Amino acid sequence: MGKTLAEKILSENSGSDAHAGDIVIARVDLAFLQDGTGPLALRQLEESGLEQIANPERVVIFLDHAAPSPSPELANDHIILRQFARKSGAQLYDVGEGVCHQVVVESYANPGEVIIGADSHTVTAGALGAFATGMGSTDVAIAIALGKTWLRVPESFKVEIGGRFTKGVYAKDLALHLIGSLGADGATYKSLEFSGEAISNMSMAERFTLANMAVEAGAKTGLFPTDEVTRTYLESRGRSALFRALRPDPDAEYERAITIDASSLEPTVSKPHAVDNIALARELTGIKIAQVFIGTCTNGRLDDLAVAAAILSGKRRHPKTRLLVAPASPEVLREAIATGYIQTLLEAGAVLLPPGCGPCVGVHQGVLGGGEACLSTANRNFRGRMGNPEASIYLGSPATAAASAIAGEITDPRELM
Amino acid sequence: MLKGKAVKLGDNISTDDITPGRLFHLRSNLHELAKHVLEDVAPSFGSKVKPGDFIAAGVNFGLGSSREHAAVVLKMTGVEAILAKSVARIFFRNAINVGLPVLICDTDKINDGDELEIDLVGSIVKNLANGTEFPIGEFPEVMLRILKEGGLIPYIKKHGDFES
Repeated sequence: MGKTLAEKILSENSGSDAHAGDIVIARVDLAFLQDGTGPLALRQLEESGLEQIANPERVVIFLDHAAPSPSPELANDHIILRQFARKSGAQLYDVGEGVCHQVVVESYANPGEVIIGADSHTVTAGALGAFATGMGSTDVAIAIALGKTWLRVPESFKVEIGGRFTKGVYAKDLALHLIGSLGADGATYKSLEFSGEAISNMSMAERFTLANMAVEAGAKTGLFPTDEVTRTYLESRGRSALFRALRPDPDAEYERAITIDASSLEPTVSKPHAVDNIALARELTGIKIAQVFIGTCTNGRLDDLAVAAAILSGKRRHPKTRLLVAPASPEVLREAIATGYIQTLLEAGAVLLPPGCGPCVGVHQGVLGGGEACLSTANRNFRGRMGNPEASIYLGSPATAAASAIAGEITDPRELM
Repeated sequence: MLKGKAVKLGDNISTDDITPGRLFHLRSNLHELAKHVLEDVAPSFGSKVKPGDFIAAGVNFGLGSSREHAAVVLKMTGVEAILAKSVARIFFRNAINVGLPVLICDTDKINDGDELEIDLVGSIVKNLANGTEFPIGEFPEVMLRILKEGGLIPYIKKHGDFES
C-alpha cells in the first residue's frame, strides 16, 4: 500500500513502517519556542530534571509576540528566555528579529523534517514538505531535551486545487474558502495534503499562506509536495543541498478527497468571530473598518507587501481608517525598503511596526477599541483576539486589506485593480 | 470512579476564550491568570466552578492557540475532567500533559449542575440527574500512560523517555 506525505516523513523520522493511526516516536529536527509559550516550557524543562539539550543548534527561541516588550512582566519573561539561550547554546531571535514561522522557513525548515513549535501556526513550514506541527510548552520542552516526540500518524485529506486564480484572488482567499467549507474542526487531527495545478503554480509565499492556515480547520499539518519552486527557494536561502523530491505515492490512501477550482474563487473574508464564518468581500460592502492590519505569519511577506503597495500606490488611507503594517522578518523589511514598497505604504498613510507579530495576539501595537472593526491579514478572528472582546475582526488578503484601507469599509479589491 | 457536578459550556471554546491575549503579561503569574478564566465568554464560570466539578462542553473544545496556560488554569480551578463532544488536538495533548483528563462523549443530555459519575475503567459517563449513560471515546495508549503518572513531566521523571 502506498504512503501519503505524512506517512512517508514519519516513517523515515521514526525508523518504522508508519501508517495512519500508528503511534511513532519521531526524531525532532527542529524545536522552537516563542515568548508567549517559552517561559512555561523552560519551567517544565527545569521541573523534568533533564539537563541535556539534544541539539542546541536546532533549538530556537523567538521574542516575537510581545516585542518590543509592552510591560515589565513580559520584559522579565524576555530576560528568562535570553538567559536560557545563552546558557544552553540555543539560537535566539530577539525583539524585532521576525515572526517565528517566517524565520523558520527562511533559515531552518527543510523537506522531510519533523518540526515542532510551541505555537499553533508551526504548520507554516509544511509548505516546504516538512511535517511541521504546533504543540504546547511541555511537549516542546521534552522534545528540546530528548530530541524526539511521540506522534500519532494522521489520516490525510487530499486537497486538490485545480485551475488558476483570477485577478484579485490569492492563496489567502483559497485558505479562507477551504476553511469555510471544511469548518473550524473539519480536519481535526488530519494532514491536509495539497496538490493540483493551482498548487504547482503557487509561489513559496502563497504556499506558506495556505499551509499556515491548515490549523484553522483543526489540521495537524498541511503538506505540500516539493518541486522546482521549493528547490529554487532553498537555493536562494543557501540550502540547496537540503532539497529533496518528496511526493505522496500514487496509490496512497486518503480519508477524504476535496477538489476546488481556483478559477471559481472570489476575494473572501472571514467574519467575526470564527475563521470558518466566511463571505465574499463584495457581500460585505458598507462595513466600516477602523483599522487595517497587514502583516503576520500568514501575510507579512514581501509578496504580500507588494500586492498592498500596488493597490495603495498614489492613494491615501481613508481618514477614519488606521493602516498598520508589520513585515514578518527583518529581511522582508529590508527588501520592502529596497523595492520601494515601504515608501509607497508610508505615503499612503501606513504606520510601520517592527518585524514581529504586531497586534495579532492582542498584546500591543494596535489593540482595538470597543465597537471597532479591524480588517486583518492574520489567521484568527476569535472574539477578543486583538485585545478587546468588544471589537470585531474580519480576515482577508493583503489586496482586500489595502482596498478596504482606501475605502474605509470592506471592499472587493478588484474594484481598485 | 469520579463523581461531581457538570458545568456546561458551549461549542468552539478557544484557548483565547480561556486565557485571553490581553492577559499575555500574566502568563508567568498563573495564579493571577487563573482568576480570569473564561471571563469573556462565561463570566460566571470562575465563581461557579468548584474542585471536583466536570466541564461538559460541545464540539472543538480548546481550538486555536497552543498556549498550554489554558489547560493549566482549567486544572487550577480544580476541574476533575473535561467532557466534550470533540476536542482540538493541541489542547488535547496539553491537557493530558498537565494531568487533566479530556473525555470525548456526547454531552447533549448533560445540563448545567447535573450530578455525573464517571467510570474511567468501564469508559462510561452516567448522568445521575436523568439516568442517561454515554460511552467515552478511546484514546491512544501513550496518553493513558502519561495521564496515569499525572502528566508528561512526572512521566518523564519516572521513565526518562517515551519508550519505557
